[in-house]
Amino acid sequence: MAVAAKKYDGARFRYLLDRVEVLGPVFMAPAILYMVALLGLPFVLAIYFSLTNLTINNIQTGFSFVGLANFVELFRDSIFRQALRNTLIFAIASQLLAMILGQVTALILMQDFRGKAIVRVMIMLPWAVPIALGVLGWKWMYDSLYSIINWTLRAFHILGPGQWPQWLGTSNLAMISITIVHAWKSFPFVAVIILGAMTSIPQDIIDAARVDGAGFWRQTFQVNLPIVAPIVSVGVIFGTVFAFTDMSVVWLLTKGGPVNSTHVLGSYAFQVGIVSGDIGQGAAISLFLVPILMVAMVLTLRAMRRREL
Amino acid sequence: MKLAERLLKQTGFYTLVTALVIFAIWPFYWMLITAFKTEHDLYNLQSIPYIFNEPPTMQHVNWLFDRTEFARWLWNSLTIGVLVAGITLLVAVPAGYALARMAGRYAEGLGIGIFLTYLVPPTLLFIPLSPIISRLGLQDSLWALVAVYPTFTIPFCTWLMMGFFKTIPGEIEEAALIDGDSRFGAFLHVVIPLSMSGILTVVIFAFTLSMQEFVYALTFVSSTAQKTVTVGVPTDLMRGDLFLWGSLMAAALIAGIPMAIVYNLFLDRFVAGITGGAIK
Repeated sequence: MAVAAKKYDGARFRYLLDRVEVLGPVFMAPAILYMVALLGLPFVLAIYFSLTNLTINNIQTGFSFVGLANFVELFRDSIFRQALRNTLIFAIASQLLAMILGQVTALILMQDFRGKAIVRVMIMLPWAVPIALGVLGWKWMYDSLYSIINWTLRAFHILGPGQWPQWLGTSNLAMISITIVHAWKSFPFVAVIILGAMTSIPQDIIDAARVDGAGFWRQTFQVNLPIVAPIVSVGVIFGTVFAFTDMSVVWLLTKGGPVNSTHVLGSYAFQVGIVSGDIGQGAAISLFLVPILMVAMVLTLRAMRRREL
Repeated sequence: MKLAERLLKQTGFYTLVTALVIFAIWPFYWMLITAFKTEHDLYNLQSIPYIFNEPPTMQHVNWLFDRTEFARWLWNSLTIGVLVAGITLLVAVPAGYALARMAGRYAEGLGIGIFLTYLVPPTLLFIPLSPIISRLGLQDSLWALVAVYPTFTIPFCTWLMMGFFKTIPGEIEEAALIDGDSRFGAFLHVVIPLSMSGILTVVIFAFTLSMQEFVYALTFVSSTAQKTVTVGVPTDLMRGDLFLWGSLMAAALIAGIPMAIVYNLFLDRFVAGITGGAIK
């Protein structure tokens, strides 16, 4: 009896292990649960918190619903408006710069030359090194007293006596300095994406175009570009999103200063929501990243769909 | 004429290469030389900063290991990296397989949905996550990071594994099924051993990404003993206006360069994942 029951159980278990309708959901469940619990739930909470006056002090004693008060306050807040502007400037300027540098790098790395392998590794370093550590090198290069950039410019007589730019000390220069670091960080990524896309063009298509008599321009714009563009655009969207949502470069270089002039949405949300403990207000600030994310997701989807064809 | 033209082209090409390389590695060179300079040499404006004007010193490196928690931070980062890689593996490999073989008509939508969550940044979630972390009793502990980091490793790794499993011919599993293996058994005994290179990619990716993370670590951990290396170095070695540049640069190099090298191993696959996979 017992043996038969056990055998039956075993068979049923075995049957479950064979059912794709059972195994599929079981295999998917951990991933979906994880993402819902630690990505979906916080996102919903961010929206909820942004509508309350929750702070680090009233989190135990009780907080209340304040409607859109946090958002109204933000639009009166000149630091926030500046942060919104800066976020756009950093993301667009640094990605443009990174795309130019990345395109040049990709063209170079497509050639064959001696020492190419080592050149590639060196050029990839800014992207591969943890941003929090790479930025420290720049912070030291931008130092107010011992800046190696100033020393070098003076050695070449580009800077006259008495000229000693404060790379992180004045708003405009600090904006440029931060943009340069972002571009430095992202251009290797753009380069490898372009390289990857170029090598993914099937050789038979290139050959076919050549046989059909396509010249250089026709080859570039009517054969290569339509294949490369959707692939590169996914990479560029990713790079833009990273630049747009990052706070580590700003936080480590200037902490948003001088006088809050270089904040981005991420660093200002951190300043308000975490450092000052105004959770509701901080959540409202970071929600301004959502429209950009939505646009980025839609564009990624479209690029991916074009690639399938 | 022709030779002159070629020479000019060559010179132009190598000038461009040199300029790009200098732009990429200048900060690293400056870090390297700073890490081994004596204090006096570092802060002497009269001498040339690019070279050692006094003999190199190990004092910054020694100070880092003897007088700071640097070794501890390295260890914390490694621990987090290994644990996150483990969690990612357990979650992303089955999910990737299900998306490749078992999810039927929902597979494509689900797969793209999971891939897109990779775009959701820490700066959007750190504020609402911090009450969740304290509710779980994980505040100011590296376990908070172990719990949170898989949210950005799982999406991309699931996507990578899905692409990888799709390249394994279904006939191989069918052969195992005919031999009397269950569907699950075929996955475990046949598919997994064939997927080792994909699995290795996922491990390296999850490991390096968690070692590199900064924003969550800055938000959730504040006591020195629990810090990761990316947070410990810029926060504990920078006290107010006092920057210990020699030790800071030494720390950034010692931690950063090995991570960069490991990441480099993975780079081609990462690119393949985004560009839709020249390498699979």
